[in-house]
Amino acid sequence: MKFARLIWANLVRKKVRLLLTIGSFAVALFLFAILGVVNNAFSLAGGVVSANRLVVTNRTSIINLLPLSYRDEILRVPGVSYVTHYNWFGGVYQDPKNFFPQFVMDPSTQRQVYPELKVPDQQWKTFLNDRQGAIVGAATMKRFGWKVGDRIPLHTTLYGLANVPFEFNIDGVYHGTHPQDDETQFWIQWDYFRENVPQAIKGQIGWYVIRIANPDDAPRIAKTIDQMYINSPNETRTETESAYAANWVKQFGNIKFLIVTIGMVVFFTLLLVTGNTMAIAVRERTPELAILKAIGFSDRAVLGFILSESMAIAIAGCVGLLLAAGAVPALAQAMPGMLPPLVMTPRLLLSGVGAALLVGIASAILPGLGAMRLRVVNALRRV
Amino acid sequence: MVSVDGGKSGSLIQVRELDKTYRRGNEDIHVLQGLNLDVDQGDFVAFMGPSGSGKTTMLNLLGGLDVPTRGSVTVAGDEITHMSRGKLTEWRARHVGFIFQMYNLIPVLTAFQNVELPLLLTKLSKAERRKHVEAALAIVGLADRMHHFPRQLSGGQEQRVAIARAIVADPTFLLCDEPTGDLDRKSADEVMELLRRLVDEYGKTVLMVTHDPVVARIAKQTLHMEKGVLVEAGARQEVVSGGAS
Repeated sequence: MKFARLIWANLVRKKVRLLLTIGSFAVALFLFAILGVVNNAFSLAGGVVSANRLVVTNRTSIINLLPLSYRDEILRVPGVSYVTHYNWFGGVYQDPKNFFPQFVMDPSTQRQVYPELKVPDQQWKTFLNDRQGAIVGAATMKRFGWKVGDRIPLHTTLYGLANVPFEFNIDGVYHGTHPQDDETQFWIQWDYFRENVPQAIKGQIGWYVIRIANPDDAPRIAKTIDQMYINSPNETRTETESAYAANWVKQFGNIKFLIVTIGMVVFFTLLLVTGNTMAIAVRERTPELAILKAIGFSDRAVLGFILSESMAIAIAGCVGLLLAAGAVPALAQAMPGMLPPLVMTPRLLLSGVGAALLVGIASAILPGLGAMRLRVVNALRRV
Repeated sequence: MVSVDGGKSGSLIQVRELDKTYRRGNEDIHVLQGLNLDVDQGDFVAFMGPSGSGKTTMLNLLGGLDVPTRGSVTVAGDEITHMSRGKLTEWRARHVGFIFQMYNLIPVLTAFQNVELPLLLTKLSKAERRKHVEAALAIVGLADRMHHFPRQLSGGQEQRVAIARAIVADPTFLLCDEPTGDLDRKSADEVMELLRRLVDEYGKTVLMVTHDPVVARIAKQTLHMEKGVLVEAGARQEVVSGGAS
């Protein structure tokens, strides 16, 4: 601690340069955090993916439907606890830019398959008794300023429903139990939907989600289900929820590669900028470092000073992580439903701090070693 | 009393057969050749000589900043020429106070903080360090400037702060390399008066390189160096009568 004043004095001797260097760190760490959040969102690393859920879709494409009759057959497969099903409603609220995902769902099994999405019992009861009812995620409620009891018109062009004026009563609000849980969805009753769709679609659903008793049984159950419908007009593709999510992300391209590449370029540039700054700072102070050595400061102490300065800059630059943490909710609100939930996790923040310290050390190591090896006699001769 | 014949024993600083050779291209440059020197506690020695005669090299060797090609330097019983780099650094912190021509203060530290630097390497408490620093600054007459930064001080004052830094840890001896070389006459006189007081009143041992015969007059003895060899030794009066003034 007694050297803190010396380190601090050296650190703040060129204030503009210090601020610019900290700024470089902050911008890089801000980008790192935002890219990390997007990457996490796409890989659904958080709690929305459950190990004991499987998703069954039409093998041809997710836009091809499956018969509702599969539900009871799937339920009979050993190890399957619950089966629920969904249709993509694809409605527009007032303007297409007001996008949020709407799912036609089966109220009788929804809560068993997604127990982490909580709806107050009284609201759920109201919903069950209201064919035009809807349960809406807290984020969407907040976004549009809706209240329970509001009546929401939606217009969809799918399923030949372009001329049907759908209106829904908000009967309740669901909340996730993990930060990663998606709170933007709009749930619609299957029965009400089925009443309105053309006869040919009445018994067709978009996809099934299955809750299984033991995650270890997932491969066997998936194989069994797909075998059941092989060579049928509607073959299935059964996969874990995480595999399903990964396939969905693939539609956007290789996001992870893109993010990792951008992140590496950002940090490499930061390394060059900071390394150059530290090299200049050390070079400017060569005579002073020589004096410190002359009066008895060891080579390691001098190296320690340089590393400490660099680390202090890196830590100060972590303000970029805090800014990113503050920006993520705003970002999520600006793109509701367009991306998976954007969440800044403590782990990501810690990774950011770790990356900052790593760059801090790496950028100071060469100038620091130079200062460490500095010969007093040679350095003083340059004065 | 300073001796250059190498026959004395029991002196504070003993230099024996000291050689320093630099290699430049294919050529060996013999900066010091078989140097012998004995300096006692409380001596105040000025080294004079033309540029390139080896004065600063000798000072660097005595201060453990450089290592000789051959020979030995023993200070207060410690033979320093075979010490490792780390040991030598520790030894310097304990035994040597450096005063340079360009003062070499840390510009971002106050006078107090500059003087405190050598004490940061000791186990003294903060309060003890403060006491020592205030005492050192009082000796050099700058107690009222302790919170000034180097840029707020005159050249003479800066050098006095450098002297306070050199003496604050109570080293065995002081090495001064052209301590007045960058000062006007008045400031140079003040600095030399200060060095004289350190010797006469505080019993310090001072070895000083200078080009200035007026400055050299303040020392108790002056040694002349030419081509890496100490060629003359004399008492202060002899140097003066030898035409230094």
